[in-house]
Amino acid sequence: MDSLLNPNRPPVFCPGCAHDRVVHSLDNTFRKMGLSGNQIVIVTDIGCSGLFDTFFETHAFHGLHGRALTYATGIKMARPDLHVVVTMGDGGLGIGGAHVLSSCRRNIDITLLVLNNFNYGMTGGQCSVTTPQNANVGSGFLNRLEKPVDICQVAGAAGAAFVSRASSYEKELEDKIEKAIRFEGFSLVDIWGICPGRYSRRNKLSPKIIEAQLSAMPKLDNFMQQNLRKEYGKAYCEHIQVKTPAPAPLKIEKRYQPPLQANEQIVFLGSAGQRIITAAELVCLAGATAGLFATQKNDYPITVMRGHSVSELILSKEQIDYTGIEKPSIIFALAQEGINRRKKIFDNLSEETLVIKAAGVEIPATGAEVEEIDFKTLKIKTQDWALASLAMIANENRGISMEMLDTAMMQRFKGSILEDSRKIVSTIAIKYK
Amino acid sequence: MSYTVMEGNEAIGWGAIVAGCRFFAGYPITPATTIYNTMLKLLPDFGGICMQGEDEIASIGFCLGASMAGMKVMTATSGPGISLYSEQISFAIGSEIPLVIANVQRLGPSTGSATKGADGDIQFMRWGNSGGLPVIVLAPVDVKDCYELTVHAFNLAEKYRCPVFIAANKEISMTREVFDLDALNMPDIVERKNADPSRPFKPFDVSDGQYTPDFLPIGGETIVRQTSSTHGPEGYITTDSGQIGNNQDRLMKKIVSDVERFSFYESLPAKGAETLIISYGVTSRAVKTAVSRLGSEGLPVSHLILKTLWPVPEKVIKSIAASYNRIVSVEMNLGQYVREIQRILPGKEIEFLGRMNGELITPEQIKEVVNNG
Repeated sequence: MDSLLNPNRPPVFCPGCAHDRVVHSLDNTFRKMGLSGNQIVIVTDIGCSGLFDTFFETHAFHGLHGRALTYATGIKMARPDLHVVVTMGDGGLGIGGAHVLSSCRRNIDITLLVLNNFNYGMTGGQCSVTTPQNANVGSGFLNRLEKPVDICQVAGAAGAAFVSRASSYEKELEDKIEKAIRFEGFSLVDIWGICPGRYSRRNKLSPKIIEAQLSAMPKLDNFMQQNLRKEYGKAYCEHIQVKTPAPAPLKIEKRYQPPLQANEQIVFLGSAGQRIITAAELVCLAGATAGLFATQKNDYPITVMRGHSVSELILSKEQIDYTGIEKPSIIFALAQEGINRRKKIFDNLSEETLVIKAAGVEIPATGAEVEEIDFKTLKIKTQDWALASLAMIANENRGISMEMLDTAMMQRFKGSILEDSRKIVSTIAIKYK
Repeated sequence: MSYTVMEGNEAIGWGAIVAGCRFFAGYPITPATTIYNTMLKLLPDFGGICMQGEDEIASIGFCLGASMAGMKVMTATSGPGISLYSEQISFAIGSEIPLVIANVQRLGPSTGSATKGADGDIQFMRWGNSGGLPVIVLAPVDVKDCYELTVHAFNLAEKYRCPVFIAANKEISMTREVFDLDALNMPDIVERKNADPSRPFKPFDVSDGQYTPDFLPIGGETIVRQTSSTHGPEGYITTDSGQIGNNQDRLMKKIVSDVERFSFYESLPAKGAETLIISYGVTSRAVKTAVSRLGSEGLPVSHLILKTLWPVPEKVIKSIAASYNRIVSVEMNLGQYVREIQRILPGKEIEFLGRMNGELITPEQIKEVVNNG
């Protein structure tokens, strides 16, 4: 195969820059693998390593600092057949650390070449996450305060199976890059090199020193055994094949006449676990069976298993504009948490408002008509009080009718849940016969 | 006629699917999470991909990669996530990467209130990118709009190769509504215009009078370059000030000069009205209720609901506002879009009603402003 280097854009690195060697090693690797330019995308980070894509005639994506792996992930998921090679310096490694860790965990088939030259070459040689503590760099004394990271051990600990170290100057570099590209999963090659423009002016570093330092680094052999697993995209495809199909949005035909008193503003004041939101949804569904419009606004804390659960519903024969409750016609006062949350709602109510109050909860003084019900003596559990309350208004033909409620339950519930719900509704119907 | 019960976020998800979206990546955040849930439920079934990024930056980054590989993509978040998206939004604007961003606004600033609504990001969406180039922002009023405008958002993103925001609000996105799915006014689906593969391809080249370059995907037969650097037609970094200037002009004009083609609005004039209320988003519903009450009390008031917020549909606003001396601007923040209305309607009396306390502006508050000024 021919070289994939761009004849119009030869590398422009500083004389003696290690990146230059890696460019040629990468090209030789592509050649050996017999790849053409449109089988490869080079995704580059920012800094000197971010110039790589311009020297090749391959698909290219040059993004923002630290984010190269994020684009590479999207591209690989969309085009699993492409060879995705990311070049990133030790700068990108630091700024995009979360993406490096996640790529290791995800094990998506991307090859990350870390062009590690121990400093930020492009901005003046400041310290990076790999700068030794005893180095002299453009960040004054600051690098002495921070420990450099060994990205290979970090990557292995984060779940990468293919992790290797290389010197820009070693003979095996091409071989290591090829193995990384051929590996089916996330692969990382930490390639050490000299930055003559900045780093080696003030720090003694040579290919020999790099070789010696690399050989003193911890071994990485265990990670392959420890972390080898199915590639992310392949695993994703397998999972979605066994997924149950998504249902189309439910369309409900109008089959009932709405009750005469159909325009209602209903407020549920309950607590977590009382299935307030589900009961309110039943009202929407029931409304739909009679061609009524409905809106449902919910309010609950982020700790969904504790605290208040409030739902505000409007049922109307007309299109609903404002979704707030201005004058509630029905309030279900089912738990103290919800009542305390909306105390003000009880102010200025007249007998036109019906409050259905569970025995044992306290509501503020109100001019509304209050009907108390002792669910406990009816052996209705607290999680069913909201549903039982709906049965009470359906029984009175307010907003919804019994047949509307039953059809809504059939849309929403199945099997034993439907049966149990029907029992609760009939308990109420018998009591108020 | 049949009825469907859906919340706004589900409708955004379904709208995306219908528009051809086959890639979604997001990071969970209230009140946008149910868009992610919807896409996770639907996309695999439609042969698409749904991913959860390690953070918002990764999520939108996945989308940019997949979009450049030719897919229609969407992400969804709220204010704190938009803050993190910022650098990637700038990239999508400058490098012409089609993308739909659903911003389900919640009460800010900062972490703010996860479960309270607001329209506090209206200027932020427009100006929250480095470089200050324009974006398209569409604002739904109800669940039906969430569905329809999401389809429009995809069409615009594909046509103009740019990010398009859906400026939703917790009060629409997490409000469940009954609506008629069959009565939706759905536009035709627009596909990205591909370049002729038999001709030499330059990724950012345009012919005379063309503002949006033709597209070819990364991964296709023809080699494609994408770059976040200031670039010339070939997609290589450039320092040529002529080229740079032309490109910036083009990026501005391709969005702004075409706004009349996608100025979505609803005009509700009332006979004999001297006041025009201008609103957008969920607040428009309170305005409608207020206007109807005022009308029945003998005070006719006209109402303009803007659904395209950015670029500002100046022609629409100017022509509809022309016959009114008094304009009332109502929005769920402390005064953002009113600045645009003041800017394009000099000489008119412009009053403002805004509120940011996590609650909807009520019809009675609006009536009071109209009645008493």
